[in-house]
Amino acid sequence: MLKNLLISVGIPAVQGVAVLLIVLLIVAYLTLLERKVIAFMQVRLGPRRVGPHGLLQPIADVIKLLIKEDITPKNADKFVFALAPILAVFPAIAAFAVIPFAGQPVEIFGIKIRPYLSDVNVGLLYLLAISSLGVFGIVLGGWASNSKYPMLGGLRSAAQMVSYEVPLGFSIIGVLMISQTASMVGIVEAQKNLGFWFFIPQIVGLFIYFVSGVAETNRTPFDLPEAENELVAGFHTEYSGMKFAFFFLAEYINMIVVGAIVTTLFLGGWLPPTSVFQRWIPFLGTVTPSLENFFPFLGPFGSMTTGIFWFATKTFFIIYLYLWLRATFPRYRYDRLMALGWKWLIPLSIVNVLATGAVIILLKSF
Amino acid sequence: MFRTTEMVINMGPQHPSTHGVLRLLLRLDGETVVDSKPVIGYLHRGIEKLSESKTYVQITPLTDRLDYVASFSENLGYIGAVEKLLGIEVPPRANYIRVILAELQRIASHLVWLATHALDIGAMSVFLYCFREREEILDLFESFCGARLTYNAVRIGGLYQDLPEGWVEECRKFCELFPSRMKEYEDLLTINRIWLQRTIGIGVISAEDAINMGLSGPMLRGSGVKWDIRKAYPYATYRDFDFDVPIGKNGDTYDRYLIRLEEMRQSRRIILQALDHLPDGEIRAKVPRRIKPPKGEAYHSVEGPRGEMGFYLISDGSEKPYRVRFRSPNFVNLQSLPRLVEGHLVADIVAIIGTLDVVLGCVDR
Repeated sequence: MLKNLLISVGIPAVQGVAVLLIVLLIVAYLTLLERKVIAFMQVRLGPRRVGPHGLLQPIADVIKLLIKEDITPKNADKFVFALAPILAVFPAIAAFAVIPFAGQPVEIFGIKIRPYLSDVNVGLLYLLAISSLGVFGIVLGGWASNSKYPMLGGLRSAAQMVSYEVPLGFSIIGVLMISQTASMVGIVEAQKNLGFWFFIPQIVGLFIYFVSGVAETNRTPFDLPEAENELVAGFHTEYSGMKFAFFFLAEYINMIVVGAIVTTLFLGGWLPPTSVFQRWIPFLGTVTPSLENFFPFLGPFGSMTTGIFWFATKTFFIIYLYLWLRATFPRYRYDRLMALGWKWLIPLSIVNVLATGAVIILLKSF
Repeated sequence: MFRTTEMVINMGPQHPSTHGVLRLLLRLDGETVVDSKPVIGYLHRGIEKLSESKTYVQITPLTDRLDYVASFSENLGYIGAVEKLLGIEVPPRANYIRVILAELQRIASHLVWLATHALDIGAMSVFLYCFREREEILDLFESFCGARLTYNAVRIGGLYQDLPEGWVEECRKFCELFPSRMKEYEDLLTINRIWLQRTIGIGVISAEDAINMGLSGPMLRGSGVKWDIRKAYPYATYRDFDFDVPIGKNGDTYDRYLIRLEEMRQSRRIILQALDHLPDGEIRAKVPRRIKPPKGEAYHSVEGPRGEMGFYLISDGSEKPYRVRFRSPNFVNLQSLPRLVEGHLVADIVAIIGTLDVVLGCVDR
């Protein structure tokens, strides 16, 4: 009885809190990374004052945000104004419930501990559903501020979400068709069993997913809802202190979520890079076991940490692309962005689904 | 049908993209601009009126503060008007140095324009790259006259002092480096699809309208009108140099972008020619100790980075001018804004303000 309770409630709760804390820590240091990477690209230094090489800067930032005066505009809808940042953060964090960080479970005292919170058979569907909720926070935040620039930002965000949620959904259908499952763990295992990562047959899908993902997370060149140079700061103009930090947090968590989903669906999740070519280059088979487990003496635990390492590396690569984009591109114009979504990405994603189906049927018939 | 409501929105004076203290009263239908009205005067310092209570020499530092992004050109224009009143001949060496510094100033000013224009459209890296090169020019100015922004370096009849030792080599070094740096900006912008979409066909003004509004500088040349004071009424020693005046075809933001880039190249060309043929000799003509121009009036204009900077002085024979009037290219160019933004989107407004290259210090004199 007690053991069952521990397995079904205790361990997931501990795992959940651990994931939350780790994610928060990563977000804090992601801000530093972003500032450092962009500073590098822009020939400057970035933060250096707080701690060695600015390593304590994120902590200083958090303290600053915590003690900053929290202002609510006089004529704002106070309840919604306070609720909106929470609405933005909650779905972003909830997305981590179905993301598999590694494959191998570990057994401690006879209790199986899996390196993910849950593996549901509609994992992908859940992700799509939960990730589209974040926009409520932005739209409501823009509206509740009772100010014109935030209002414009909120409206832009709603329009952007409508335009990009559709190609985002379509872009992953190809993966579903090939892997024949909507479970996130199942999708990675399908890539392992088939011997190729899904970015090979689904490169178009990957492109559409990534572009839509950048648009969904309101990042440059699609950062229209905040567009500092046009709308001052868009939906979060009136926010300060911790409420502002929550929006900020949501944006960064969403970046990690998109990176994690791309990794899981297209880049083989926790699988080592050699697994892409193993089927065609037999020699790689001898290397793969050591890349699957850096610490063989630790047994399954070593395999799990190695899986997490590969997963994190790939996710980091996607996040790095985000930063790279930010340092390179100007901002899209609102109507061009909509045109890109409706006139290019949606038709392209539909064609991708049809083409994937046709190829699967052809391959099956031979 | 749906009922839509127009929204009145204040863009500025404290908006990140209104380049100082420009306030733009916008009437929007959704995000489309129905009507706009620039409101100016937030920076007004009454420099023209103030100048009437100062001696001719004392006015020079005030002119620094008009267009603080191109203060050397402002100095040059004002001093040119005083020299016209006095009928002074400037020594050739001083004139050559004036040209070098004026063209360096043009590059520095265009770099600030490109930096802020790109930033307005969301390209942040270009912003920092441009400031990196501008720093080098400011270093050159600093080693010449000690100041980095308001130079006050031109004197009636010549210059404050001769170029310091090693300055010519440093300047040449900058000129050699500059094309590779320009390539960096162009790699990021000129053929970037987003940049093209954000600038082509945005803020179009025809040659006829541009002339009728009195526009000058790249705003006028963007519409295809070949008009440059350096060619039309050559001052200093511009006659001695070989350079082209770039003009546009469509009069849009992209054309004006290309023109300013080309102007930077041409300025570099002029600087190199001037450095090659820099004459020896005096840097200041003989000027009376107390400057009291004879009764009369003078108008002198220079081709500043933003267009024709004109200086009109009336002398009553005393030490102080009777009347001082400045023709600001910023002020004149700004009047085209409502026409340029009409029917465009909010995002285009910032691109158009950027393409005007306004400096509010020179609008609100």
